[in-house]
Amino acid sequence: MTADVPAVALACLVLLPAVAGPLLLIAGRRADRAAGAMATVVAAVSVALAVAVAVSRPEVSAPFLGTVDGGALALAVDGLSAVLVVTVSVVSLAVVVFAVVDLPPDAARARFFGHLLLFVAAMLATVTATTLPALLLAWEVMGATSYALIGYRWEVPGKLSAGTTAFVTTRAGDLGLYVAAGAVFAGTGTLELSGWAAAGGWQHVAAGAGWQHVAAAGILVAALGKSAQLPFSGWLSAAMEGPSPVSALLHSATMVAAGGYLLLRTMPLLEASGWAATTAAWVGAATALVLGAVACAQTDIKQLLAASTSAQIGFVVLAAGVGAGTGGTGHLVAHAAVKAGLFVAAGAWLTSLGTQQLSGLRGVARRHPGMGVPAAVAALALAGVPPLALWASKDEVLAGAGGGLRVAGLAAAAVSAVYAGRVLGVVFARPAPDAGVARPRRVPGPAVAVAGALAAAAAGLGVLAVPGVAHALEDVVSLGGQPSPGAADLVLSGGLAVAVLAATLAWPEAVARSTRTVLAPWAGLRWLLSPRPVLAAARVAARIDDRVIDRAVLSVPAGLRRLAAGVARADDGGVDRAVRTAAAAIRRAGDAARRPQTGLVHQYYAQAVVGLGVLLVLLLVVR
Amino acid sequence: MLVSVVVLLPLAVAVLLVAVRTVPERVASWAWVVTSAVDLALVGWMWWRFDPAVDASAPGVAGGVDFDAKVRWIPSVDASYHVGVDGISLPLIAMSGVLFLACAVWSLRERHRPRTYAALFLFLQTACLGTFAALDLILFFVFFDLTIVAMYFVIAGWGHGDRRRSALKFFLYTFVGSLALLVGFIGLFLGSDERTFDMVALASDPPLRDDPVAGGLVLLAVGIGLAVKTPLFPFHTWLPDAHTDAPAAGSAILAGVLLKLGTYGFVRIAMPMLPGAWRDWAVVAVAAGVVSVVWGALVALAQQDFKRMVAYTSVNHMGYVLLGLGAAGLVGHADDAARTVATVGAVVQMVSHGLLTGALFLLAGVLWARGGTHAFGRWGGLARPAPLFAGCLAVAAFGSLGLPGLSAFIAEFQIFTGALQAVPVPTVIAVTGILLTAGLFLLALQRLLTGDTAVPPGVQADVRGDVPVDMRGRELVAVVPLLVLSLVIGVLPWLLLDVVEPAAELVATLLARGTG
Repeated sequence: MTADVPAVALACLVLLPAVAGPLLLIAGRRADRAAGAMATVVAAVSVALAVAVAVSRPEVSAPFLGTVDGGALALAVDGLSAVLVVTVSVVSLAVVVFAVVDLPPDAARARFFGHLLLFVAAMLATVTATTLPALLLAWEVMGATSYALIGYRWEVPGKLSAGTTAFVTTRAGDLGLYVAAGAVFAGTGTLELSGWAAAGGWQHVAAGAGWQHVAAAGILVAALGKSAQLPFSGWLSAAMEGPSPVSALLHSATMVAAGGYLLLRTMPLLEASGWAATTAAWVGAATALVLGAVACAQTDIKQLLAASTSAQIGFVVLAAGVGAGTGGTGHLVAHAAVKAGLFVAAGAWLTSLGTQQLSGLRGVARRHPGMGVPAAVAALALAGVPPLALWASKDEVLAGAGGGLRVAGLAAAAVSAVYAGRVLGVVFARPAPDAGVARPRRVPGPAVAVAGALAAAAAGLGVLAVPGVAHALEDVVSLGGQPSPGAADLVLSGGLAVAVLAATLAWPEAVARSTRTVLAPWAGLRWLLSPRPVLAAARVAARIDDRVIDRAVLSVPAGLRRLAAGVARADDGGVDRAVRTAAAAIRRAGDAARRPQTGLVHQYYAQAVVGLGVLLVLLLVVR
Repeated sequence: MLVSVVVLLPLAVAVLLVAVRTVPERVASWAWVVTSAVDLALVGWMWWRFDPAVDASAPGVAGGVDFDAKVRWIPSVDASYHVGVDGISLPLIAMSGVLFLACAVWSLRERHRPRTYAALFLFLQTACLGTFAALDLILFFVFFDLTIVAMYFVIAGWGHGDRRRSALKFFLYTFVGSLALLVGFIGLFLGSDERTFDMVALASDPPLRDDPVAGGLVLLAVGIGLAVKTPLFPFHTWLPDAHTDAPAAGSAILAGVLLKLGTYGFVRIAMPMLPGAWRDWAVVAVAAGVVSVVWGALVALAQQDFKRMVAYTSVNHMGYVLLGLGAAGLVGHADDAARTVATVGAVVQMVSHGLLTGALFLLAGVLWARGGTHAFGRWGGLARPAPLFAGCLAVAAFGSLGLPGLSAFIAEFQIFTGALQAVPVPTVIAVTGILLTAGLFLLALQRLLTGDTAVPPGVQADVRGDVPVDMRGRELVAVVPLLVLSLVIGVLPWLLLDVVEPAAELVATLLARGTG
């Protein structure tokens, strides 16, 4: 292990939360009082470390799997990683601060923050991993801790099973990463995460090109699963069972973002395979469109935001597919700020008012202007209104797309203005006079501060529209050049967003009609994840195991026993009877032989005469 | 010498315990713990001093063996008391030592004839360690069969439920399997040029090289014998019954150690001694492995009894081992690096499964000790009254479903990565096994730990209304080290891999002999 200071900083960036989290978990409820403070300190230090490594760009490695080339746990910070470690650690800090004030006083805080820190460590390792073992380790630990976080309130029925849905669905995608690891190893002879694009990289064996396609397919599936893209999107709906801070973290800068990150990281591979990049682009566009429509039809603000997360990450996936690495990265970061802010607002209102139904949130922004203003800024950004963040980053993405993809992307952008408009329309509506929650709880100051900071970021990242800034980001990310949006593009998309938003606010009932369509229950996407077919297959298998295989085995000794009984019968009725019959015959012969022995001499003479006569006849016949 | 001490020490103490009838029962239980601890310490010393000195110029099992010892036994057939350890047997011996110690601690409170119980387990320990250390086929066979005898008495004497029937089923099934194994060993003896049962000699000069038919038939006999023990589909149905009715410690040893005798036999005997036949029939091993993976997981998913479910996951986990070993035999289809990785993964899986499944069976024992049932339907919401149990169960379950950071991931990742090159489609099918195990373990956690607290009628709430079901001192002392070891292997796998890799590489090289 190299011992220079930046490398140590990188190791600490991951290890600090990775050690602090389990310590909290082991301490259990004894550490509840200290957990919040400890998590805040760790998250704050992480931000400092993240900034430090983003500047110094170190790499660090620890031995893991020995014989394999690239089997070490290696981390490094390049441009893309630098942007993401800073984003992840900043959003994590914001969420930790929000969670400290949002969790009920008697909550099992050590367990919550323990899992949260472990989760953050896994996300930080995911975005810095340079070998497949390191990536897979972090990737799967992130999935498992998301299970624990979503199922945090396991006492409430249904919460843990939502975690199970999330973990099993994302793991179904993860299988792709296992297969991809094997394919990379088979095709290149190493498990390094770099160098896949090099033409010679896949010539390790004759069938290298074939393995390249397998690897691309595996990575695509893994990323789509983690990022809740079609057809895996349903788990994100279930994941809303988790506490609000968990939603704010999982659905902004982490977890769903990991899939987008992986695709951006492996863009050369997707491109080289030919079909994978196109597939990613279209899946991303379709998700942005379909899940955007699903978001419009939700009546629950957290469900609405969840669907919109899928849709917005769809733009990132689209970016990876069309080679717009800078736009994708920008969109990932901008979306993280926007969505974290909105989830913090939704969570704060949920704690304050006890409802997350849109109908119960009428006018809430007017009553809580402190939280209302940041929420409004974030929602406007989500709608794509200039000069806010997502407007700019979305255009960076769409600048790389042409033809049908561009049309689909613009349509999806318009849809995002619809669902953002729904949120705005509700929270700024004039509250119904009788709709007073008796005494809403005060929204705590730190929550407002966090939402404010995130909203400021959401607004500030609009500078991406300035060509110079976009080029600077392009240099930092260094994922290759890409076309920049022209002024006309920016005006077109901005105008579209404003127009659609205005229309939505003007005719809210038109949008409300969609809540009675198939879109409201997530267009059947949750049903797609039903475990019922597998459970039925399992029951059939178990029955076959008991009734066919085991019975066949048991029939062997049973058959042997029947055979033995048959042999025993044969022994009694055959062999033994033959022996007894023989004995009886001999006895009879003996009796017959005794009869001539009468003791009378004349009879003996007569017998002798007869005997001699027989002998004489025999002699004559033989001669 | 050291190996012999490690192997025979438990037997010596067992004889003492049986012979000296005046030993108090409590002392007998502690004598068991102390003996196992001393034995484990000796294994630790052996690990510390282990120096395999792999010699590439002299290929053969001998290349990697340390602590070699040989004593004349039956010279007429060249069978001897020959023992030693290499990079494959040493980790298994160490894992067995850990598991036996855990079971000794677990059984400190055994009330039913503890002196005999301790003697029986010590005898079983000698038989298991002896099988791993044996370098002679007859010696291997003797130890192998003695494990069956000892386990029969453990189940029949200390089990529950329909224990006599299950014990008999276990005994007859695995004993018949071992007879097939004996036929195979005799075939190896007759096929060898020097007419020997010595494993080192047989591996360095493989018998039946020029006779693929005879080689295939001998492999069939050996393979069936080991497949019953492993167990592989469709020879697995003795396993759930034996586990359901065995005592917790017996189940832990049965799954943790005895199943490994089967998979170990593949690596130690079938692969190096019949390399040509193994290459020819490796596809069958792969198929048996993949079917076991999927079938074991599917059937486990449908179980209504926690212990039965864990038993079926063993079929699943052992299937991965066969997938890896089969792929290692497909010399023409994959390069040496990939075949080595697959073999390493298979060996690590044996160690990992021993630790994690051992822990899971002991945890099942907690349920039995409190409520006399493992049925999912009788328990619920245990996270509330039993947080320690919940924590241990969650760690063991996530370990068993292959979460990175715990040992099973190291094994399964290497098996998949190494096997994909040789057998892509079967490997992709096998990968779905980790999804099924994820589903079934999470479902089990949900059923046992969450929801309304439910306990069987026999469990009485105490004065405060709490149900006293959580784990206590000796139970934690038995289970937690197993989980910690799994974590250590998961985070610092090179501690184990440094020992395994040279030996696995040797096996992969031995398999390639005669292919040009």
